[in-house]
Amino acid sequence: MFTSATVITLIQRAIMQGIPILYGSTGEILTEKSGHLNLGIPGIMYVGGISGVIGSFLYENSLPSRDAINPFLAVMIPLICSIVGSLLMGLIYCFLTVTLRANQNVTGLALTTFGVGFGNFFGASLVKLTNSEVPSVTLTNTSRFFRASLPFADKLGWFGQIFLSYGFMTYLAIAIAFIAAYFLKKTRRGLYLRSVGENPATADAAGINVNRYKYTATCVGSVIAGLGGLFYVMDYATGVWSNEGFGDRGWLAIALVIFAIWKPNFAVPGSIVFGGLYIVYLFINGLPMRTAELFKMLPYVVTIIVLIFTSVRKKRENLPPASLGISYFREER
Amino acid sequence: MHIVKRDQMAWYKSWLIRAAAIVAALIVCALVTVLLTHKDPIKVYATMFSGAFGTPRRIWNLLQNIAMLLCVSLAVTPAFKMKFWNIGAEGQVLVGGLATAACMILFGGKIPNALLILVLVVASILAGAIWAVIPALFKAKWNTNETLFTLMMNYVGIQLVSYFSMYWEAQKGSGQIGIINQSTRAGWLPRIGEYEYLLNILIVAVITVLMYIYLKYSKHGYEISVVGESQNTARYIGVNVKKVIIRTMILSGAVCGIAGFLLVSGTNHTINTTTADGRGFTAIMVSWLAKFNPLFMVLTSFLLVFLQKGANEIATVFGLNKSFSDILTGIILFFIIGCEFFINYRIVFRHSHKEVK
Repeated sequence: MFTSATVITLIQRAIMQGIPILYGSTGEILTEKSGHLNLGIPGIMYVGGISGVIGSFLYENSLPSRDAINPFLAVMIPLICSIVGSLLMGLIYCFLTVTLRANQNVTGLALTTFGVGFGNFFGASLVKLTNSEVPSVTLTNTSRFFRASLPFADKLGWFGQIFLSYGFMTYLAIAIAFIAAYFLKKTRRGLYLRSVGENPATADAAGINVNRYKYTATCVGSVIAGLGGLFYVMDYATGVWSNEGFGDRGWLAIALVIFAIWKPNFAVPGSIVFGGLYIVYLFINGLPMRTAELFKMLPYVVTIIVLIFTSVRKKRENLPPASLGISYFREER
Repeated sequence: MHIVKRDQMAWYKSWLIRAAAIVAALIVCALVTVLLTHKDPIKVYATMFSGAFGTPRRIWNLLQNIAMLLCVSLAVTPAFKMKFWNIGAEGQVLVGGLATAACMILFGGKIPNALLILVLVVASILAGAIWAVIPALFKAKWNTNETLFTLMMNYVGIQLVSYFSMYWEAQKGSGQIGIINQSTRAGWLPRIGEYEYLLNILIVAVITVLMYIYLKYSKHGYEISVVGESQNTARYIGVNVKKVIIRTMILSGAVCGIAGFLLVSGTNHTINTTTADGRGFTAIMVSWLAKFNPLFMVLTSFLLVFLQKGANEIATVFGLNKSFSDILTGIILFFIIGCEFFINYRIVFRHSHKEVK
């Protein structure tokens, strides 16, 4: 049933599906390690995507001709716009939950409402500006720089197809995940961050600036998650932004955090497994359409199973950070 | 500068702060509106009012939407009060609705209508309760994180509805169930006189009062508050924490199931993945903003529904995208969420003390 060609396509597509989720999930792991459950990640990823789209839309339209595009600027402008957009979202979340100690679930959900609305509103506004007949913004001119893979990738057969056929943001995602894993596990600051998430009062007593760690972790986390939105538009969707196109990937990212038991290095293979589970129905011949809907449940069901397993086994290092979801107030012990 | 927790604020002061926050939010929203659309903000707000209250039909629509949001908010409240973060209301409402739709399709016309409606109510309550009790059992037994578990259950529920929409699709390939029993109206909640949604609204009103009494005056309600304040205290005074968690989540899911029943049998007469329409998430904010008080929830759900309806109207009148309402809702929520800080804490400015010589 599976030929080697289909297996290669399956792996390629699983990776392409997995990368946006990997970005979101690495960001969310950093955030959760500081004790903050940011349910605004879906909104932040939307904002990260649309900010990049706005930036590159303005840049493309300022060009005299299609060929005048500067590859460096074409990549940097959307990248910086996306970072700024998601950083602002992260700051809103931090200000409300860290400084004002608001309830994290409520704030996160409000942020998601806002972010998804923001994305769809500006998406629709751009569509209106272009007067195009299809409800989407097309930035293929910029997208080709995001999708550029190594020139010799095609010549290396299956190896090249599986490992080298992607744009730079794919490798960036994997690099960020491993750097985050190293940071959390091997560095002193990583240890401090984990202690803030486990027991902020103890960390505070040990002289760690709890609020600074929470702010930094959440904002850096948001920026990383926002890049996932940018990757989705510029690479996966070949530069085409359509409203609601991003779908429920933000929630999948939160699911992947659990699946990877709060370890960014586990999130790398995890994201590919998730991506595979998400699209595996496309590769089963003669599957009725409605059964495909049941297959789309798989990532969530698997996550629930992992969640149950980790809580039953109660291995200290596989559990969520102990103070996850609880705001810290020094004078309340 | 130094932050101190307040003891208890006089109720009128705390509402004054909230009102101030809403006014500030409206000013920011006006600025955003002007920046994005270059329209007169006063006109925009006037449009919001006419969008919500303009015609009797709109008012009924508004009331119906408030009732449905209120119903879901009431459902999640007992769970929140015991600090069980049930963010799976979306899924619980959907499976409740799915059970209703399934019974309408399977038994419609085969049994008397009164009996059918009874079956629908029981089925929806059961479905919602089952969906909610699964995470509760794991929480009680192994302390499995309920926020994440219930969140995942939403998507399992959504895909389930998606599957059955195609299973019972009206036209081949449409993937939509369409209006169920359109000719016979079997399983449709009867309308009182000519007011279409009146029965829905009355049912939710009754649930509101019952929930208020349950939480405030019953032994169960007391146990819920104790568990929410401190599980150790609860154990110490002899409350069976596990039992309370499971019992409360069954109640929470059951009310979500009723909301699903009202949406399918009493409102839409069909089901699809957007039947719950994000109410499961909005309800969390409604309940939290009202400080888990069912009577205040009438106000907060009014506020959120009004915002949505009003902003939708702005979008239509000024030719904006519908998502504009989400941006405004988001901004107003940020302000309301933020203002709680000033109700719970006060900022003391420490002056440099002069040494007494």
